[in-house]
Amino acid sequence: MGQDHSHDHTEPPSDPALRVKALESLLVEKGLVDPAAIDAIIETYETKVGPRNGAKVVARAWTDPAFKDLLLSDANTAINSMGYAGRQGEHMKVVENTDTRHNLVVCTLCSCYPWTVLGLPPVWYKSAPYRAQAVSAPKGVLTEFGTTLQEGTKISVWDSTSEMRFLVLPQRPEGTDDWTAEQLEDLVSRNSMIGVELALTPAELKVIQAGESS
Amino acid sequence: MNGAHDLGGMHGLGPINPEPEREEPLFHAEWEKRALGLTLTAGWLGQWNIDVSRHARERQHPVTYLSNSYYENWLAGLETLLVEKGVVTLEELEQGKALEPAPESLTSKCAPASAVTNILSSGGPCDHPTDDPQEFKIGDKVRVIQFNPTGHTRAPRYVRGHVGTVCDYHGSFILPDENSKGNKIGQHLYNVSFDGDTLWGPGNDSTIHVDLWQSYLEKA
Repeated sequence: MGQDHSHDHTEPPSDPALRVKALESLLVEKGLVDPAAIDAIIETYETKVGPRNGAKVVARAWTDPAFKDLLLSDANTAINSMGYAGRQGEHMKVVENTDTRHNLVVCTLCSCYPWTVLGLPPVWYKSAPYRAQAVSAPKGVLTEFGTTLQEGTKISVWDSTSEMRFLVLPQRPEGTDDWTAEQLEDLVSRNSMIGVELALTPAELKVIQAGESS
Repeated sequence: MNGAHDLGGMHGLGPINPEPEREEPLFHAEWEKRALGLTLTAGWLGQWNIDVSRHARERQHPVTYLSNSYYENWLAGLETLLVEKGVVTLEELEQGKALEPAPESLTSKCAPASAVTNILSSGGPCDHPTDDPQEFKIGDKVRVIQFNPTGHTRAPRYVRGHVGTVCDYHGSFILPDENSKGNKIGQHLYNVSFDGDTLWGPGNDSTIHVDLWQSYLEKA
């Protein structure tokens, strides 16, 4: 048990796969956990609740000014109206990128993340280096993601210390004036809604799609 | 507590090395899926809340906390809570075998698969009323008090003692410091913005926003 305070922490930890297996069989045997419920949780985040939800929210905000106003003033009402609600999205705030302001989201104390619109957080978001640097050296973080901001753009970092969950509304890429919301969704990467990247440009999307179809 | 989890500003942790978004799998091992599911389903037994759960992870030895992967920290926290709350015994945990039956008061809370969608989509709202007067308003200068609580808190070390500006008021929310001890009380919650150079020194022109409860703050 890694949490045992008297434990010598130089001893190699036991295999987590074995520990999880033993724990699940114990809790199932005691009638405390239904393995099918675990399957249902996994299926939810593998197939239903993920960053495509957030992309739909962003694409709609780009194409529907009234929805965008509501999203920025009352994110819960706007997001819930699209059918996205629940665990780790109970209290939402959306922050908008502009020509002069770029937003970046982190949780320095653990891994708070807007599950309802982005699903489960990626490993890097939960990693110690990201949590350490995002608040103190956000420019370096963006550089590591290959993200360059327009000169003069200032960065706002949102540290998720309460149950409020933050979603970045990225800027709509140029050259997409005649795109429908559905087409725009493909430009909205998960990373752009955390703020470590910008939304994809049409040219970047083309390169990605060419790579995936080859 | 000033634990290894309070990472804002720490140096020497190396690069982030993010996996490209389109290549990263949702889980990196089968056991991670089960660890996620076990953490959620065991939580639904109602023996602890989110802050008790966070505190169980963050009071691991710093070396352990930083060496573990994130799901390993979840697993360690879950094992700790199950034993501390008497849901399972240490012997049962070590053997992976039930030595005594669980009481009906617990087994009755076992969530079936059919309940999962509803539980996940309902979530657990954390706003909670208070009779306290709201001491600060948007635009006020506030200083985060200098304190070093040994229990759970959501005031990161890097803002303590520093002056910021109230830029949003979220309402009254459950205070984590007390919730982690099982006391559910509401308190006003603010978003406070800090200038980068205030927190990190000259040359940092970013703004850092932190959600802070009223008792963490004083008028500056």
